[in-house]
Amino acid sequence: MWKWLHPYANPEVSYHFVGKLLPWISKITILLLAIGIVWALVFAPADYQQGDSFRIFYIHVPTAILSMSIYIAMASAAFCSLVWQFKLADASAAAMAPVGAVITAIALFTGAAWGKPMWGTWWIWDARLTSELVLLFLYLGIIALHNAFEDKNLAGKAAGILSLVGVVNIPIIKYSVEWWNTLHQGATVSKMEAPSMSIEMFLPFVFSFLGIAMLVTYVISIRFRTELLARNGMRPWVRNLITEEGVK
Amino acid sequence: MNPRRKKRLTVVISILAGLSVVAGLVLYALSQNIDLFYKPSEIYQGKDDNGIKPIIGQRLRIGGLVVPGSVKRDPNNLKVTFKLVDMKMPIEFNDSDLYIEVHYDGILPDLFREGQGIVANGVLVNGNFIEASEVLAKHDENYIPRELADDMGEQHEKLNYSKEQLKSQKY
Repeated sequence: MWKWLHPYANPEVSYHFVGKLLPWISKITILLLAIGIVWALVFAPADYQQGDSFRIFYIHVPTAILSMSIYIAMASAAFCSLVWQFKLADASAAAMAPVGAVITAIALFTGAAWGKPMWGTWWIWDARLTSELVLLFLYLGIIALHNAFEDKNLAGKAAGILSLVGVVNIPIIKYSVEWWNTLHQGATVSKMEAPSMSIEMFLPFVFSFLGIAMLVTYVISIRFRTELLARNGMRPWVRNLITEEGVK
Repeated sequence: MNPRRKKRLTVVISILAGLSVVAGLVLYALSQNIDLFYKPSEIYQGKDDNGIKPIIGQRLRIGGLVVPGSVKRDPNNLKVTFKLVDMKMPIEFNDSDLYIEVHYDGILPDLFREGQGIVANGVLVNGNFIEASEVLAKHDENYIPRELADDMGEQHEKLNYSKEQLKSQKY
């Protein structure tokens, strides 16, 4: 069933495969981001209560959703690496952690910048904000563990265990606004029902979300390739690559 | 799957399962502390899940909907009082709702509206009166374009302050 995947367990094959995808990912990213951001920040209608401040929604919500999605992706990779000991899964988890940390930081920052004019405070220790902050600390801990050991396999194992432990936090972030009473409002778009906004506000969100998601994919792909080179520096294929292309 | 992988799989999954149970129990035990605020009815009847009632003089946060028509502003300074009732969906107000009166001296957030949610931080002075030191606006997850809101007759004007009122600002 998984036979078709087997060639990609080879770092060299994976490196070149991702390399072939990169130009396409970058083109799609630029297209989606340009449409999404311009539509959201210029043409989307202002909210009846929040006015133009509402537009920060188009950065805050995608980054907040992605901060959790990247975590789940990273933890799944860590799980595969712990159980099946795929070397590449480890490399991809290491590639994802810093990107996830940055996205989480952006979600927290845009949230604070939105909270000040609307709620009247930059920060409040309610369940949603606090659990998202814990997510940032988890990412930082995982990055630290990836770099704490000379032996990359050992580092991957330690960071992987922490990533798996941290998965418990994801449903807490997601459902914090339902389980407890919080200052943060409930979900607008990431729920089973129809989104709580009109279609002319929702469509720009779709584009800005996909745009930011593709940007994240792009950065992770580049980091993944770098990670593969760094981990296979002694292999002939990396040496050939360097002698062929020269050090750029 | 070979036996070593199977063993690792069971170990990892059992650790994860154990952790989720622990996290679940901890959160369950802490649930009343994780709530950010009391609802007005909880001041009278105690917390929904354990019946603990706040005591007079206790510092607490209260969250609820501002009762339309209950906002009384002093024309000469920033003192304002209003009534809060429990948030519920759909929003409706009955005379029988248990309410808490909140007194505040300061500028209210732009999103403060009658019929909207707020969270106030203050001291419970007596059974149904809170002296607030901070009022935060809580908005809901619904975003509506202005034109549409006008058609629906939603109110969306923010409060205005006279020069005299602003002069009495303490900070």
